[in-house]
Amino acid sequence: MTAPVTSRARRSPGPWRTAAADLLRNRSAVAAAAVLLVVVALSLCAPLYADHIAHTDPFQSHVSGTTVVDGRTVPVLTPSTTGLGLGVTPIGPTWDTGHYFLGADNQGRDVMARLLYGGRTSLLIGFSAALLTCALGTFVGVVAGYLGGAVDAVVSRVLDVIWAFPVYLLAICLSVVLLTNGLRLGPVTVEAGSLWLPVVIIAAIYVPYVARPLRGQVLVLRNKEFIQAAVGSGAPTSRILRREVLPNVLPTAIVFVPLMTALAMLTESALSFLSVGVQPPDASWGTIVQDGLGLLYTRPAVTIAPGLLIALTTAALNVLGDGVRDALDPSARLRGGV
Amino acid sequence: MSRTTRRTAFAATAVALALTAAACSSSGDGGSSDPSASSSGSGSSAFQPQHKGGTLRLVAKSAAGTFDPQVNYTLQYWQLYQSMYDGLLAFKKVGGQASFTVVPDLAEAMPKVSNGGKTYTFTLRKGIKFSDGKALTSDDVVASFQRIFKVSSPTAGTFYNGIVGADACIKKPAGCILDKGVVGDASAGTVTINLTAPDPEFAYKLAVPHASIVPKDSPEKDAGTKPLPTTGPYMAASYDPNRQLKLVRNPHFKEWSRDGQPQGYPDVIEYSFGQTVESEVTAVQNGEADWMYDPPPSDRLNEIGTKYASQAHVNPLTAFWYLTLNVNMAPFDNKLARQAINWAVDRDAVVRLYGGKNLASPACTVLPPGFPGHVDSCAYTKGGGKTWSAPDLAKARELVKQSGTAGQSVGIVVSDDEVNKSIGQYLQSLLNEIGYKATLKPLSGNIQFTYIQNTKNKVQLALTSWYQDYPAASDFLNVLLSCASFHPGSDSSINISGFCDEGIDARMQDALKTGQTDQKKADQEWAAIDQDIMTESPVVPLINPKIVDFTSKRVGNYQFSKQFYMLVGQLWVK
Repeated sequence: MTAPVTSRARRSPGPWRTAAADLLRNRSAVAAAAVLLVVVALSLCAPLYADHIAHTDPFQSHVSGTTVVDGRTVPVLTPSTTGLGLGVTPIGPTWDTGHYFLGADNQGRDVMARLLYGGRTSLLIGFSAALLTCALGTFVGVVAGYLGGAVDAVVSRVLDVIWAFPVYLLAICLSVVLLTNGLRLGPVTVEAGSLWLPVVIIAAIYVPYVARPLRGQVLVLRNKEFIQAAVGSGAPTSRILRREVLPNVLPTAIVFVPLMTALAMLTESALSFLSVGVQPPDASWGTIVQDGLGLLYTRPAVTIAPGLLIALTTAALNVLGDGVRDALDPSARLRGGV
Repeated sequence: MSRTTRRTAFAATAVALALTAAACSSSGDGGSSDPSASSSGSGSSAFQPQHKGGTLRLVAKSAAGTFDPQVNYTLQYWQLYQSMYDGLLAFKKVGGQASFTVVPDLAEAMPKVSNGGKTYTFTLRKGIKFSDGKALTSDDVVASFQRIFKVSSPTAGTFYNGIVGADACIKKPAGCILDKGVVGDASAGTVTINLTAPDPEFAYKLAVPHASIVPKDSPEKDAGTKPLPTTGPYMAASYDPNRQLKLVRNPHFKEWSRDGQPQGYPDVIEYSFGQTVESEVTAVQNGEADWMYDPPPSDRLNEIGTKYASQAHVNPLTAFWYLTLNVNMAPFDNKLARQAINWAVDRDAVVRLYGGKNLASPACTVLPPGFPGHVDSCAYTKGGGKTWSAPDLAKARELVKQSGTAGQSVGIVVSDDEVNKSIGQYLQSLLNEIGYKATLKPLSGNIQFTYIQNTKNKVQLALTSWYQDYPAASDFLNVLLSCASFHPGSDSSINISGFCDEGIDARMQDALKTGQTDQKKADQEWAAIDQDIMTESPVVPLINPKIVDFTSKRVGNYQFSKQFYMLVGQLWVK
């Protein structure tokens, strides 16, 4: 007589729960997630910091403004008074969270407040662009891979053309054109100075990087028995794509999200640094690096601080991305010999 | 600090200047600003042979294009041409206010002016040779004036359009002869120039490099990177715009006039291109270069002004940085809206963004201090006064409200260099503060100046600057704000605001006429015109800039000409 098997004992935890458990066991990934959480939380607190702690408007120039340091009222932009009296230097870090914790930029704006607001912008653009890239890439890859034939040929050639352009060159070209006139594509309208413009541009240039591997995966999948069975049973294509193909490529698409977020953030920073990304007075980490370029010798913190944050956040996203990949696709880890 | 490409802008200047009347002399109006900050240095009047020799090493981020003196329109090379090319007349090659004085150069004396100010007769000096060994003759002079039109010199249609026959030359440059306009007499060694109307500023126009005398067999096209023979103390030995320009002594030069063309000190002048501005500063600090052309970056200014103060020379420029308000487009087709901007802008803030009060002064008028016609007055300063003291934001907000333009969008077009962009960001913030929705459009410096001139681009507000061609009030007021300078749809419409007031235009013509007989009275008229234009508020004067020349420790005899800036050939390195 065999012991009765309870339903609880028979039930598998499921692939998502297993993946989550795997991810939580990965210390690097958890540490990276914690770092990201801190960065996101701090960035979300930007208005709180600016309004209630630093009492400053980080988007308003304070060229003739003053502040109090060690009981003395000093100009935020301090003219040189020694020698020939050439040049003006923004106030340096006060290490006082109440005002100019990291000093001022060349407009007399609080760098700390701008960093926090810049984090919101950079994370928003990075994450939104990554989601859009993955969504578009998954759609394009799945449709092209499954339908094959003329659709696949056309889609693949278009992806090849986009792929053939150096990423930054294409992004700069698109930005320069769209920053002048904005984007008008049927019902979709994005104004020239909008934050969504870099989102759309970055998403568009990275679509092939998601679509091509997914298309390859679908090409393999469509010859599998369960797909053939679904076809043989007369299931409509849309249902097969939705119920059979998509669930099998979704883990790969999810793995792309943190990695593409990191890539999108780097691209946004580069475009903003080149003045073709986020437009003033909005701030992103890239624009703050650019603002600090003219202060490298006198106030390097203005450039170093956003630079460190970009490096920290993208590194954390990459480590987290690796963790997600290992959790969702253990075979990749095995293939990688990890 | 953007002086790099400014003179390229002059290509668009003085469109259809209807100038009139007799020969002119130097303006010489004093009133120099802030002498304490100036280090113009009058230098040594007598040549000091013990300092002769050596190699002077100059550095710049980039070359300035063609080396043809009749084509190039950049400050970078106009400065060099002072030691290379000569015209019939020249600006006196000394430091200080006297550098605005026009003196005879290839001509042995100032011209004999007759026919009611329409005929200028010059007698050429004898014994002058080009660097290729050929003697200078009146034929070369005639050919050089023809060549101004044949190579379509940027100022052919503006500075020299008053010469008899110029109209035909402008229409058909290749066949330009000017047979009744410029007449040479080889046997007498004279040249006669006939004008269609008197031009009180003609002497100035003969003293700029576009009127340089070059050999008659010079190519009838832009000489490009093949420098033409010179008459001055230096000639070009080689020119590679990507690498270096090398000047050596002209073996046929003998000093004929210390005022007009003094001999130079260094044996060789090497001008290297391709460095970053940061590395230029470091090179001068380390003594690897003797002078940098480009303005030092803002984060090195303090270092230069303190650790290297003895090597820095600060001089005021007869120039102004200003905002153009498009009087033909909303919201600035409303005078109250324009005045609101003038009340709102904190000139001290702009001075700070430019590099501090020792590098710029707040401006209230179109004519810079120390310039003919300038009178201290300030229509838009809190509490009133002759000089600027503070903005009046409350009044600005009130005017915006009264004008009914609050909430309208305003696009601000600036160059994308560090200083222009930071001023642009300040303006954007300010305009938002007083009730507009401002957007900032930074454009490459290479295209911004032509972009803002073309009305098709619908520029509402632009940041730009103007540096004098020669010391005359008309070079600012008539050039920048007359009806004749406004050309809708053209890239060469230097009246960027599109301001055209027939009454003021007529008064400008009257002032030009007055200048034929009474320059002092004319300058008073120009001062009144300046103030009346400010009441209409088509522009917002921001600052009058200064220039920093950073030289190496070994450089001596620094002299600053107000007309063409540092006298390169007069520097000594021994």
